[in-house]
Amino acid sequence: MAHAHSNPEATAGTDAPAPHPQAARIRIAIVLALLMLALIAPLGVYPIFLMKLLCFALFAAAFNLLLGYTGLLSFGHAAFFGGSAYFTAHAAKVWGFTPELAILTGVIGAAGLGLVIGLIALRRQGIYFTMITLALAQMFYFFCLQAGFTHGEDGIQSVPRGHLFGLIDLSHTLTMYYFVLAVFLIGILVIWRFVNSPFGMILKSIRENENRAISLGYSVTRYKLGAFVMSAALAGLAGGMKALVFQFATLTDVTWQMSGEVVLMTLLGGIGTLLGPVFGAGLIVTLQNYLATSNFPVTIITGLVFMVCVLLFRRGLVGEFYASRLGRRLGFNPEN
Amino acid sequence: MTMIFGIPLQAFMGQLLIGLINGSFYALLSLGLAVIFGLLRVINFAHGAQYMLGAFAALLLAMYGGVSYWVALLLAPVIVGLTAAVVEKTMLSRLYKLDHLYGLLFTFGLALVIEGTFRYFFGASGKPYPAPSALSGASNLGFMVLPNYRGWVVVASLAVCIATWALIERTKLGAYLRAATENPSLVQAFGINVPLLLTLTYALGAGLAAFAGVLAAPIYQVSPLMGSNIIIVVFAVVVVGGMGSIMGAIVTGYLLGIAEGLTKVFYPEASNIVIFVIMAIVLILRPAGLFGKDV
Repeated sequence: MAHAHSNPEATAGTDAPAPHPQAARIRIAIVLALLMLALIAPLGVYPIFLMKLLCFALFAAAFNLLLGYTGLLSFGHAAFFGGSAYFTAHAAKVWGFTPELAILTGVIGAAGLGLVIGLIALRRQGIYFTMITLALAQMFYFFCLQAGFTHGEDGIQSVPRGHLFGLIDLSHTLTMYYFVLAVFLIGILVIWRFVNSPFGMILKSIRENENRAISLGYSVTRYKLGAFVMSAALAGLAGGMKALVFQFATLTDVTWQMSGEVVLMTLLGGIGTLLGPVFGAGLIVTLQNYLATSNFPVTIITGLVFMVCVLLFRRGLVGEFYASRLGRRLGFNPEN
Repeated sequence: MTMIFGIPLQAFMGQLLIGLINGSFYALLSLGLAVIFGLLRVINFAHGAQYMLGAFAALLLAMYGGVSYWVALLLAPVIVGLTAAVVEKTMLSRLYKLDHLYGLLFTFGLALVIEGTFRYFFGASGKPYPAPSALSGASNLGFMVLPNYRGWVVVASLAVCIATWALIERTKLGAYLRAATENPSLVQAFGINVPLLLTLTYALGAGLAAFAGVLAAPIYQVSPLMGSNIIIVVFAVVVVGGMGSIMGAIVTGYLLGIAEGLTKVFYPEASNIVIFVIMAIVLILRPAGLFGKDV
C-alpha cells in the first residue's frame, strides 16, 4: 500500500527534469554530511537523547521494510521492539550475557515472535492483516503484563550495559553512543542491501501487483513471511539497544500506542524511502522531548500529525523532497 | 448448593452474565464496524473513541443539562452521529479513492485526538454515571440474582442489533445500501445519492458506538480510555466473524463475550487473551472467519 503508485497525484509530474550533472556526487556528499553530523552530534546534543533517536530511527526503518517495500501495514510492531527489550534486559541482567550476546538474544526472540505472528497474520490480507497484527501484539502485551520474568508493571530495571565483547566498557555514555551509532548504521546497511537484493525486488513486485507475482510462480506468502521476520528481527535489534541505553525494559514499549507511533514516524518521514523513517523518528522523538515538560498531552499532537499526513502529504517529508523538482534532478528516486 | 463443572452455580451464572454483557457491547461495536466497512471500506479505528464519546455525552448532558438517562440514550447517538457526519463529509470522504489503509490511519489519528482531548480536560480516571432509578435493584430468578440494569443492557443491545439488521436487510434504504456496497457507480447512475448514503452510514455506525457507550456508562465508569481498551478486542471479534455478514458480526460478538466470561470461571489468568487465542485458532483453521466469504 501506501506507495506513490496508489496516489493519483504521483503520476502528475512524469516529465523528468534534466538530471543535475553532479547528481551522483551530491548524493554521496549528502550521505557523508549526515554521517559526519552523526559522528560529531554528541558534542552539542545530549547523547542519551541521540541514542533514543537512533533506536527509534532503526525501529522505524525496520517497520518501513515491511510497509514501504512489501506493502504490509503491521500494527503490532511494538511486540518485537518491546519484546526484544525484555529478552535483552533479561539476558544481560539475569543470565549475565555480554551486551552483544544479550542483543542477539533479543533479536532471535523478536524473529521467533515475528515468525509466529507472521504465520498467523499472513493467513489474511490487507486490512485484516493489520487488525490481526494489532490483536496478536495486544495478546503479547497481556502476556508481558502477567509473565514472571518481565516483573509486570515495574519492568526489568537497572540492566547492566556490560562490556562489549568482554572488553569495552559501555557504561561511558560516549562509548555507548558510538556503539549504538555503529549498530544503527549496520542495521540501515542491512536494510539497504536487503531492499536492493533480488529478494527485495520480488517483494516490490508483490507490493505492486500481487497476482502478477503469483502468476510468475513466486510463493508470495513465503516472501512476505521472510520480510515480516526480517522486519521483526531488525525492530528487535532496535528494542534490544534501547533496553541497554536506558537500562530498563518496561510495558510502554509493548503497548499498541508504541505500534502506532512507529507507523506515524514512517508516514511522516516518507513510506518506502530509506531515510524517511529516520527523519520521521527524529521529528517525533524531538517533539515528544519538547512536550514532555509541558502538561499538554502528546497524543493530541500525534493524532493531528497523523490526520494531516494522511490528508495532505502522504509521501511524507523525505518522499516529498524526492518527488520535488530538485529531488528528481539530484536523481533521488521516489519509487525506491 | 448446585454445582456445575465443579463451580458453584451462582458464580457460574454470574460470569456467564458478565460475558453476556461484554458480548452485548462487542456485538454492538462489531456491528457498527461491519456496517461502516461494508460500504465505506474503512476500518473505523475511531470506533472506540466514538463509544467513549457516547458515554461522555450522557455524562455531560446529565451534569450540565440535567438530561435523564432515557433521553441521553437517544440524544447521545444523534450528537455523536452528527459529529461523525461532519468528519466524514469534510475529511474522510477524501480518502475513499486511496488504499483502504489510509482510512484506518486517518481514523487512528482521529481517535488519538479525541481521547487526548478528553484526557486533557477530564483526566484519566473514571467518573460514575448512575443507572436510571427505574432499573435499580435486582430480580431473583431462582438460580441467580440478576441486577435489573444488566438485564436491560442485554435486552436493549439485542433489540438494537436486530433493528439494525432489519434496517439493512429488510428496508428499501438498506437495499440501496447493499446495492451501493456491490457497485457504487451503478447505484449512482440510478439517481441514488451515494455520497449522502456514505455519510449516513458512517453516522449510523458512529451512532451505534455511542449507543453502546451510553449503555456502558452505568456499568463501567466513564473514562477517556474506555474506548481504546475495548476496540482492539472488537477488532479480534471482527476478524473471527468476518465483516461480510451483519448477522455474523452480531452472533460472534455475543459468542466471544460468553467465551470470555466462561474463561473467567475456569482459568481467570487467560480471560484477557482468550478472544485473541480464539482468533488465532480460527485463522489457522478457517482463515476467512466463521461467517466470512472472502479472504
